[in-house]
Amino acid sequence: MAVDSTTADGAAVGLTQQGNYLTTGRGVLSWLFTLDHKRIGVMYLVAITSSFFLGGVFALLVRTELLTPGATIMTADTYNKMFTLHGAVMIFLFIIPGIPAALGNFVLPLMLGAKDVALPRLNLTSFWFWMIGAVFAVVSIIIGAVDTGWTFYTPYSTTTGTAVISMTLGVFILGFSSIFTGLNFIVTIHKMRPEGMTWFKMPLLLWGLYSTAIIQVLATPILGITLLLLVAERALGVGIFDPTLGGDPVLFQHFFWFYSHPAVYIMILPAMGIISELVSVFSGKHIFGYRFIAWSSIAIAMFSFLVWGHHMFTSGQSGITNMIFSALTFSVAIPSAVKVFNWLATMYKGSIRLATPMLYVLSFLFLFAIGGLTGLFLGALSTDIHLHDTYFVVAHFHYVMFGGTVIAFLGGIHYWWPKMFGRMYSERWGQVSALLVFVGFNLTFFTQFVMGSHGMPRRYYNYIEEFTALHQASTVGSYILALGFFIMAGYLIHSLFRGRPAPDNPWGSATLEWETTSPPPAGNFDCEFIAGDPYDLESLRYDPAIQGWVRKDPQSIILSQGGAH
Amino acid sequence: MSEHTENGVHIVSMRLLVGVMIALMFGTWLTVSVTHFDFGGFNIWIGLAIATTKAILVGLYFMHLRWDKPFNAFVFISAFAFLFLFIGFALMDTGHYQDILIPGWPLG
Amino acid sequence: MASQHHDDGHDPNLAHHFESPDQQRQASKLGMWLFLATEILFFGGLFVAYTVYRGNHPEVFIFGAHFLDTALGALNTVVLIFSSFTIAWAVRAAQLKQIKLLKWLIVATMLCAFVFLGVKYVEYSAKWKHGLLWAGSYNPHVDHDESFEVVEHETEIDAPGGEVEIEETDEVQHVAEGEIVEPVATEIVTEPIPAPADPDRSTIAPAARGPEGLAGPAPATDQDAIPVEPANAMVFFSIYFLMTGLHGIHVLGGIGAMLWLLKCLRRGDFDGGHFTKVDMVALYWHVVDIIWIYLFLLLYLID
Repeated sequence: MAVDSTTADGAAVGLTQQGNYLTTGRGVLSWLFTLDHKRIGVMYLVAITSSFFLGGVFALLVRTELLTPGATIMTADTYNKMFTLHGAVMIFLFIIPGIPAALGNFVLPLMLGAKDVALPRLNLTSFWFWMIGAVFAVVSIIIGAVDTGWTFYTPYSTTTGTAVISMTLGVFILGFSSIFTGLNFIVTIHKMRPEGMTWFKMPLLLWGLYSTAIIQVLATPILGITLLLLVAERALGVGIFDPTLGGDPVLFQHFFWFYSHPAVYIMILPAMGIISELVSVFSGKHIFGYRFIAWSSIAIAMFSFLVWGHHMFTSGQSGITNMIFSALTFSVAIPSAVKVFNWLATMYKGSIRLATPMLYVLSFLFLFAIGGLTGLFLGALSTDIHLHDTYFVVAHFHYVMFGGTVIAFLGGIHYWWPKMFGRMYSERWGQVSALLVFVGFNLTFFTQFVMGSHGMPRRYYNYIEEFTALHQASTVGSYILALGFFIMAGYLIHSLFRGRPAPDNPWGSATLEWETTSPPPAGNFDCEFIAGDPYDLESLRYDPAIQGWVRKDPQSIILSQGGAH
Repeated sequence: MSEHTENGVHIVSMRLLVGVMIALMFGTWLTVSVTHFDFGGFNIWIGLAIATTKAILVGLYFMHLRWDKPFNAFVFISAFAFLFLFIGFALMDTGHYQDILIPGWPLG
Repeated sequence: MASQHHDDGHDPNLAHHFESPDQQRQASKLGMWLFLATEILFFGGLFVAYTVYRGNHPEVFIFGAHFLDTALGALNTVVLIFSSFTIAWAVRAAQLKQIKLLKWLIVATMLCAFVFLGVKYVEYSAKWKHGLLWAGSYNPHVDHDESFEVVEHETEIDAPGGEVEIEETDEVQHVAEGEIVEPVATEIVTEPIPAPADPDRSTIAPAARGPEGLAGPAPATDQDAIPVEPANAMVFFSIYFLMTGLHGIHVLGGIGAMLWLLKCLRRGDFDGGHFTKVDMVALYWHVVDIIWIYLFLLLYLID
């Protein structure tokens, strides 16, 4: 139900006529010390978007260097730092926190009809840890950066003269941010579902966030100890990974990938959750195969712990280990495929609206399918021998991480933007930007599949002449991508000031976050809900007067009016 | 006799607390004494069995899992499960290539 | 339809986003168990390193464990078990609003924690004195300060043909069959130590017993010999310091948490029977205890 809340001074301020979470409480400190999950979500959004741009700058520098073989704009040592920082910033500052922190924090309690997450102070702590970790990372970049690759493999990482310790400490701290967010989401989903919302009546985004949270809680501590061991190795000469001290460098890889493989599912599971929400709404149809999608999220989380060795097929790992991991890797593709088929079935015979969020859904389906399928080439031992450490791998993971997670994230931004900020953005420019991103992305990365299968190694500064055309095409693609994002930033920021005020429910979704104003008041709701089917789109009708959707029977989901206490 | 707070939360009895502590002390004595005997390959497993029994006692009674929602115990046990998964694979893998390592390299 | 935040008579301890005290307590508890799961996995990484090393190089661990004092380890185990008892009792006291008892139980737990750290200090300083540190700083040697009883003037370890004495140290003396016998106060070893063949090698000669000054007297027969110091013996100490060091940091954290509890107690937070904070700290402390139970077994009781 829409709530008429007032600000402390009763004036109409901020982005909408009514007081809301953005306007209640002014000043920087009211944001930095807030316990409001929505504010924390917005701060995260700003933080990770900035990280995305920073990581993007490193990417553009890498691609520009690769316009010609040999030196183009930098030395080889600098190049090593550029691709390392691109990876480290994108992974640890942007994509791991990414969807859960920026969108999940905002949407999850609202979807539960709740007033906040279970542990708001922990939520704020989580954000502060992100900030502190980011400071360490930036300091590391300034004092000499890192040139080990984002994977920090020993023995190079224990012997290189670059700022490994400050970067790994930064990542260590960021790990806590991730753990606390995951912990908070698990507790919130377990303990704060409203009346009527059994596990199988939850929106699928919450299944996605829940599965992600399981991985965050179980896997990230291993990253923590791995990084701590690396720091100890450098600072104290501890010797766990150093062969001259009796250590085993392959053991580092086991430690590292035991976290980092599940980590990629931290990246993709929330994205899949977003797609489940969007595909249903913009096909005007109930999601197909709810239970299959829900269980496949849990299955992916579980399986993700069983396949880390597929990053190590050529590391000196034993043959039997290689075979086991290869077999398990093939099986982890299955639940993802289940989801893709269910989404397609949702679209089938639906009433498809090609609004900007839906353009991202379509992009996702295409790009994630390619990314997922190319993973199978890498999962097969025989082909991996040729493809490992080539551009094929680079293209594969960019298709799933960028073409998958980032595209879904953009879809989510465009979907929840009206709810978060109370404004509609320009649909025309949204479409232009989505097209530029799609074209730019494919030009950048499809060429890399070709290069990789022809033997172009990854992380190489120099290359033989025959790859020049492909590299140049890839770089042009990256510039088109940059243009697409630049335009996106433009119209989104413009909408904050000039966008049409958004109705409560602009898209016609039946989940609970649309039952409050856009943007919501500080307390979210003033009633308690009895939740129905989150995909029951028949319960809504379009109201042209407000250019939004309303419930046909608003009382059907209200349990009781008035705040909880 | 089962005490509860006003809100119905179970309170552990003194007898149980003292009893568990005594059991833990006994377990400690046992695990040290057992080192005087050599059971060959079983030594480590006996030690682990005693340690795990102690851990279970701490978990069930001191940490209240006996009377809590089972999910809390499930969370705790899952952590161990994933740990054993990691240990198992790491041990299997590293074990496999020990015999092809050059003896004494690189220390010569 | 203004939002209402405070109805009459609602519990000030109940946060605005929870519907009942029970929901709040259950949420805190689940949150703490999830955190403890992360602690298990965090330490677990070190247990993985331990397992892999010991599985592939058991001789390193058998050798290294000789330098740990089982008695001190057992003492620490007893101290932590007792502290788990006191903190578990403290939860009960908080539930029964026995504030004075609660205070003394928290203090008792903290004292146990300090004793634990004190014992660890004793152990660590003995190792430091003899250079038995992690790999990068591994430099086992006899220490020449006057706390030792010097029987005869001794020479450098790596000089050939010298007489060296062995003094009693705080270190163990292991009780397993067939290995070092109980130490006596002082002993002289007259067997010369051969110089190492390769100057680049470690200066610790692979003698039939451990580094001088640390082991007990030379055993009567070869069969009773301590194992030859293996290559990479230092890895044991790396793992020892990492595991007990990280554990010690967590003990410190626990002390901090208990100080916080005392502050809350003085503020009257527990007067009304709200015990959740005590419960949370207690759960953390029990995990610290559980981890030590395994550390004691795996580091000290290797035979």
